[in-house]
Amino acid sequence: MNLRTLLDKLLGSADWGIHPDDHKRPGADAPVRVMPAPSRLYLPLSQHSGAPARPIVLVGQKVKKGECLAEAQGMVSAPVHAPTSGTVLAVADVTAPHPSGLAMPAIMLEPDGLDEWIELKGCDDPFALSPAEINKKVAAAGVVGMGGGTFPSAVKLTGANRAGIHTVIINGGECEPYLSCDDVLMRTQAAGIVAGVRLIVHASGAKRALIGIEDNKPEAIAAMQAAAAGYDTVRVCPVPARFPMGFDKQMVKTLTGIEVPADGRSFDAGVLVNNVGTALAVWQAVAEGRPLVSRLVTLGGACVNAPGNIDVPLGALAEDVLAFAGGLKGDGLGLARRVIGGPMMGAQVQHWRVPVMKGVSGILALDAKEARLEDASDCIRCGSCVEACPMGLLPSDMAANIRKEALGEAVELGLKDCIACGCCAYVCPSSIPLVQHFTYAKNELAARDRATLRMEATKKLAQAREARLAREAQEKAEAAARRKAERAAAAAKTAAAAEASKQGEPT
Amino acid sequence: MMPSSLSGSQLVASPHAHAGKTVTGTMLRVELALVPATLFSFWLYGWPSFLVWALTLASCAGFEALCLRLKGHPQPARVLKDHSALLTGWLLALTLPPWAPWWVPVLGGFIAIVIGKQVFGGLGQNVFNPAMVARVALLVSFPLPLTTWVLPGAQASLPAPGLADSLMIFLGAMPIPDAMASASPLGFAKTELSRGVDLLHSLSSGHAPLAAWHGVRVGSLGESAAPLLLAGGLYLIAVRIISWHIPLAVLAGLAIPAAIGHAANPAHYLDAATHLLSGAAILGAFFIATDYVTSPTTPLGKLLFGLGIGFLTWIIRTWGGYPEGMAFAVLFMNALAPMLDRAFKPRILGRQRNGKPLDAPKEA
Repeated sequence: MNLRTLLDKLLGSADWGIHPDDHKRPGADAPVRVMPAPSRLYLPLSQHSGAPARPIVLVGQKVKKGECLAEAQGMVSAPVHAPTSGTVLAVADVTAPHPSGLAMPAIMLEPDGLDEWIELKGCDDPFALSPAEINKKVAAAGVVGMGGGTFPSAVKLTGANRAGIHTVIINGGECEPYLSCDDVLMRTQAAGIVAGVRLIVHASGAKRALIGIEDNKPEAIAAMQAAAAGYDTVRVCPVPARFPMGFDKQMVKTLTGIEVPADGRSFDAGVLVNNVGTALAVWQAVAEGRPLVSRLVTLGGACVNAPGNIDVPLGALAEDVLAFAGGLKGDGLGLARRVIGGPMMGAQVQHWRVPVMKGVSGILALDAKEARLEDASDCIRCGSCVEACPMGLLPSDMAANIRKEALGEAVELGLKDCIACGCCAYVCPSSIPLVQHFTYAKNELAARDRATLRMEATKKLAQAREARLAREAQEKAEAAARRKAERAAAAAKTAAAAEASKQGEPT
Repeated sequence: MMPSSLSGSQLVASPHAHAGKTVTGTMLRVELALVPATLFSFWLYGWPSFLVWALTLASCAGFEALCLRLKGHPQPARVLKDHSALLTGWLLALTLPPWAPWWVPVLGGFIAIVIGKQVFGGLGQNVFNPAMVARVALLVSFPLPLTTWVLPGAQASLPAPGLADSLMIFLGAMPIPDAMASASPLGFAKTELSRGVDLLHSLSSGHAPLAAWHGVRVGSLGESAAPLLLAGGLYLIAVRIISWHIPLAVLAGLAIPAAIGHAANPAHYLDAATHLLSGAAILGAFFIATDYVTSPTTPLGKLLFGLGIGFLTWIIRTWGGYPEGMAFAVLFMNALAPMLDRAFKPRILGRQRNGKPLDAPKEA
């Protein structure tokens, strides 16, 4: 133990995060329900971070399940596949599962009810493939980070391989309350996940994999340990249940003791972090040739009739998922908040007509008691937020500075290190919407940066124009002078010639 | 100007869950922790002490309500219900002489709430601990009534006054019987030392008031009940209303120099146990110094803040003009709290203490 760790322990800053009520059961113990395709699917072109996919199908075209509808474009992107067979109706707008409620372009698909697959090209021995071949298959299957990061997995694998990592961290933390889709996946598909983990180790060139699972999921730990037995590169590590354990920096530190530098990525520290769902998707993509067309989604909250996990075809509206899975109690009476994702970091939406995308892990219908809608009161500087912050920031001071528009001060205090996990707002006795403050400040700073860039660009253009005008004027003047000189020279020449001819004449 | 998107009820940002902690709940817990010590003091000092306590609370709540009304606060009732003014009053009452006349609580409430808190902008805005501002202002302005201590019931030769007599004493219509008056242990030691009698003689004379651990001793309400206050303080740490940093640092900052001094020259320096059990040491360490608003929020800042209070208290008690120095020490360190927070920020994950990113780790 070095001095830094000792000091952190002594001062209590090693005791980061919060222990929220997990609300995971009984949903986690309910059997998985498989949802058939609803009457319409809306497949957004941006279900991943990076450039949106580009549609390659025509309106009216018949497609089969697993057929590519839109291809990746650019360095960081992922393709979108048909979750069932049917007809492409249009490329239309659908409401994004985001608090803004803005529209995003999506391919609208009308299922034909046959659910007919394309011919899948699997692979008998995926471990015989080279990392490049594996990456190609993963990219073609449209696999992205299933924990919510939605970063294209193939891009990540390639980067990890290039950076020369030594450890793969598999995140089965699932620290968000309510959510249990990863838990259920580990209980029911442990063999596939472990195979995927080994494939990721192979493809990334790492030496070992550590699977971190919070100790509030004993069934998942047991299933995964049984599946990983016999593979000495893969180790299942129970970790204490604590939010936000599922963040890569926290998980990496807990499992390996390595602290990822603030301005760096996990690669720089020699580790690659992937979610358990991603590991399974990678295995299915390579071994079965199966593209990512469905995912497990947790339905939860006090307002739903039957909480549990549902295998949802991508592009299904939350409304359809609810209708399939038992609906809301009293038709939504007492519903206080609709949340897509977990309660700590999920997005509040204004209605249920938002599509399930690759990164959607939960659909929550919370009542007023769960969401605790309280008006904010004055900060009493109790320091609960400081104690809870997993990054070691001073949320109350940052918020105070943001309230008086001193964004520079807030950045000084570490605003850019904030991961918006919500621990501070969760513990705040004054119910101050701290994350709202930080989101506002980050957006405002980004807008200012854009404005600065624009101003600089405008300034550069104006300067270039001035320089051009000056240059043109000078060139004009020079040309005029040249012409004048030429004229003068020509005149002198004629004069001289005339003189000469005059002199030449005999008198 | 606060950006409009940060207020209003239509907030959209996560989280969509809350631990359920409230300001009112926090204040109530602290009050609960004070109940045993307060009841014990009522038992020791009788009706007058109850009247002092009740009027201090009423005065603080009254001035808070008045200020909120004058400020045109939109929800005065909601603010009053948070119990912060009552807690200020309660803490102030515990530092007052148990038989203080009626105007001391009233004036104290005015100074604490109006001058100590509301002129700074209300809850969360004040730099100095309101109860200590009032206590020091009263002590400096009216030294005599603020240092008139009485013997606790168990030690007094006179029977405790009834309610009617208590009211008379409280209203100043009846003087405190001479037989009841006594010096506090710290005050006694200071006076004797200044007369040239060293501690070895003065404390063994038989007339000396004792700094007994069980709390039956001369002092303010919150001075006598040290063991019960200690229990209350430990309760607050157990339920995580306060962290251990400040109390431990205050007690260490006081006890360590006291022990060293006493070991070097017992005739001139009181021992550590007397220091810890006397005056406002326990009340200060667990309830006053830990006031959220006026103490640092960072772990390292809290430790230095506490050490500073303990050490300054010892300095003032030993060499200062007053026998007790906790209130002055708290106010002094209150002024430094924002600076301590700024200078001793916690280490950000992935960064060194100075804010620079960590170096990339070597191959593990």
